Amino acid sequence: MAEANLKVFRGEKDNGTFENYKVPIEEGMVVLDAIHWIQQNIDPSIAVRWNCKAAKCGSCSAEVNGRPQLLCKSRMDKFEPGEEITVQPIKTFPHVRDLVTDVSWNYEVNKKIVPFTPKAGHNWVVYQEDIERVQEFRKCIECFLCQNVCHVLRDHNRKDGFYGPRFMVRLAGLEMHPVDDANRLKMVKEDAGIGFCNITKCCTEVCPEDIHITDNAIIPMKERVVDEFYDPIAKFFKSVFKAK
Amino acid sequence: MTNYETHEHDVLVVGAGGAGLRAAIEASAQGMNVGLVCKSLLGKAHTVMAEGGVAAALGNVDPEDNWEVHFQDTMNGGKMMNNWRMAQLHAQQAPDRVRELQEWGAVFDRTKKGEILQRAFGGHKYKRLCHVGDRTGLEMIRTLQDQGVHRGFAVYMECAVTKLFKDGDKIAGAFGYYREDGRYVLFKAKAIVLATGGVGKAFTVTSNSWEYTADGQGLAYEAGADLIDMEFVQFHPTGMVWPPGVRGILVTEGVRGEGGILTNKEGKRFMRDYLPESTKDQFSADDEESKRWVEAAIAGVKTNDRRPPELSTRDNVARAIYQEVKAGRGSPHGGVFLDISYQDPARVRKKLPSMYHQFKDLADVDITAGPMEVGPTMHYIMGGIRVDADSQMSRVPGLFAAGECSGGMHGANRLGGNSLSDLIVFGRLAGLGAAEYVKKLGGAPSINNKDVEAAIDEMEEPFKRSGDADAKNPYDVQKHLNQVMSTYVGIFRNKEDLEIGIAKLQELKEEVKHVATKGNKAYNPGWHMCRDLKNMLIASEAIARSALSREESRGAHSRTDFEQLSPELGKFNTAISKDGDAMKLEKTPCPEMPEELKKLFAKKETTHNG
Repeated sequence: MAEANLKVFRGEKDNGTFENYKVPIEEGMVVLDAIHWIQQNIDPSIAVRWNCKAAKCGSCSAEVNGRPQLLCKSRMDKFEPGEEITVQPIKTFPHVRDLVTDVSWNYEVNKKIVPFTPKAGHNWVVYQEDIERVQEFRKCIECFLCQNVCHVLRDHNRKDGFYGPRFMVRLAGLEMHPVDDANRLKMVKEDAGIGFCNITKCCTEVCPEDIHITDNAIIPMKERVVDEFYDPIAKFFKSVFKAK
Repeated sequence: MTNYETHEHDVLVVGAGGAGLRAAIEASAQGMNVGLVCKSLLGKAHTVMAEGGVAAALGNVDPEDNWEVHFQDTMNGGKMMNNWRMAQLHAQQAPDRVRELQEWGAVFDRTKKGEILQRAFGGHKYKRLCHVGDRTGLEMIRTLQDQGVHRGFAVYMECAVTKLFKDGDKIAGAFGYYREDGRYVLFKAKAIVLATGGVGKAFTVTSNSWEYTADGQGLAYEAGADLIDMEFVQFHPTGMVWPPGVRGILVTEGVRGEGGILTNKEGKRFMRDYLPESTKDQFSADDEESKRWVEAAIAGVKTNDRRPPELSTRDNVARAIYQEVKAGRGSPHGGVFLDISYQDPARVRKKLPSMYHQFKDLADVDITAGPMEVGPTMHYIMGGIRVDADSQMSRVPGLFAAGECSGGMHGANRLGGNSLSDLIVFGRLAGLGAAEYVKKLGGAPSINNKDVEAAIDEMEEPFKRSGDADAKNPYDVQKHLNQVMSTYVGIFRNKEDLEIGIAKLQELKEEVKHVATKGNKAYNPGWHMCRDLKNMLIASEAIARSALSREESRGAHSRTDFEQLSPELGKFNTAISKDGDAMKLEKTPCPEMPEELKKLFAKKETTHNG
């Protein structure tokens, strides 16, 4: 039987080394299967976070040969026979053990977002064409791969100033909901720090749900922020109406 | 002495899928101090994998629908074994719970008139499943999660509970560990809601994730609750069969709801041959009528044509596929063909996006161009912790259960779509029930230090055994358990197999006493598995013993040595409880349905299980 050469990062809190494993290859196998094989046959303590194994829960994010992806979607037959397959944890979040990182920062950010606030007395007649784009954003499985590759978070560690692409998508899903009544644009501009994004589209590239994060969520919200805070004509009209 | 952290709550909810989240939101809304424990990260629980939809008689597509029809369908699907009161509450309250999700931000697909769209599903007379493409569970859990984080309850992520404590007969708290670093945690709680899901990891081929290790069933059993109807295990008819790594992963019933056709290798559409006489008149007479029904469904117009035979209940379809394969008429990889590719590819991608990607990415199959290969996969357990229908409290005061880990609601077979509605209806009732209980409770129960130390010792054992000559690898034991359950307690059962299975489970109980792990406590899945095995064994033994005791075929329970349904045996639930070190089995009478509800069921004495 053909064997794959896996090089897996083992260790705790960034202290560790790459260990080599030879894993028998089955047809249709994914990298997560290979990690499970190691768990069952070599070392039960190898740590990997996973749940559904069907790209629906977004738990098994890691970097395979440097490319951030879901381990459950990472097919072994995409590699050349004998090619070394390097598996390491995602870089942007604090390391816990082996392939597991501490992504709790994301959950803290989520708490800060003003929740869905329906218009009072709305009759809930909502047409499909009016929710299509919101439904795109709601496909997000919170794998945090977009957060992992965003250079504002990854290279500059500006978690203090930027919520990251995942939460731009969440904010866009709320702001563009036809029944929502809250205004989060001040938050989008200030706390969420949309200005940090310089639309390199790295997030869109890694999204396993094919959400057009940059084009459909971030750019339209940047435009809304500009209209709300910087448009001189709108500003003039606003001041007139406020004066009334 | 080993250190542990301590938290105090009025209500502790264990499990953070749809039922647990809804329970936590409700208990919190009742003014309780609530803690929510999740074994995974928040929002990753098994609910996220639910696909086809949530059943609620809104009547948006078929205006004739109402709670009484939903109630009838549920009871008929469950072969009248359901706790009638749970089935009634479920059918009555599901519409409000779905509308509530909408008000909390869930974005369901819409009808042309701008209402929540509903699709057909097996066993449902009318189009009843509110859905978002084929990712309804994700929409639900995200909505509840985003609602929950603003309710002020504490969330303990990647935390597993290993023990429940009592003060006298009343619940007093729970003990557990954090997966991240293995530190221990004690929860002092006046009431506990278990919402831990199912038992799928006891089987080889399952649609369930690693979390489904029967935690709630095991904890409740140890605490003195009883488990009912455990013989009723649902094999979903359509799981993926190829490639090996994805065997068992769910293919939504939505494929059939949208018009998917099942054929064998001879190209024969076989489901019509397996329709039970009693329900045959609800299904189309021929392929032409099926075709007209599908066309009307796609166009969103009313029709008098009847639904295709593929929309029979899950137990029937699973048995039919199993028998086709056994008769040598299966597909190349041991399943049958499920085909939706005759429809417009753009529509298929829109209505079934995650199925499209799942097959394309994992199996190199384009479902808009050709058929899928599918076969039965262990999916759900109808049985579980026995609870009071209105409060969701078990017979242990202060211990509540909701969702898959509870029993009664679905009887002998669950209809698709009734699980997501179950979560939100009974999750809420459990949260409410727990709050009511706490308000009436005088004083706080206390936990004995010795009990806590015993709980710690139990968790330390696998490390102490790691050098032993007879130390067992927990994954080997799990594999062995999977083989036993799949071989002797599978879709079709008989006395001889079940007795062998039960004997083998006794051997496994001995093996579990020797499971060991290496490494330390930081995120150590091998260590976690050592504890999980105990719960899986309790549930497995309960399933096997209950199955042996039910000498008839009913719903998902198929006995080759008792093929008929027995009206007499249908009057009793099987109840399992802990009696010292032994497992006690009793037959307890099913709750009697009031006369006004009995009228909804035409007297159709039948001994045919279908």
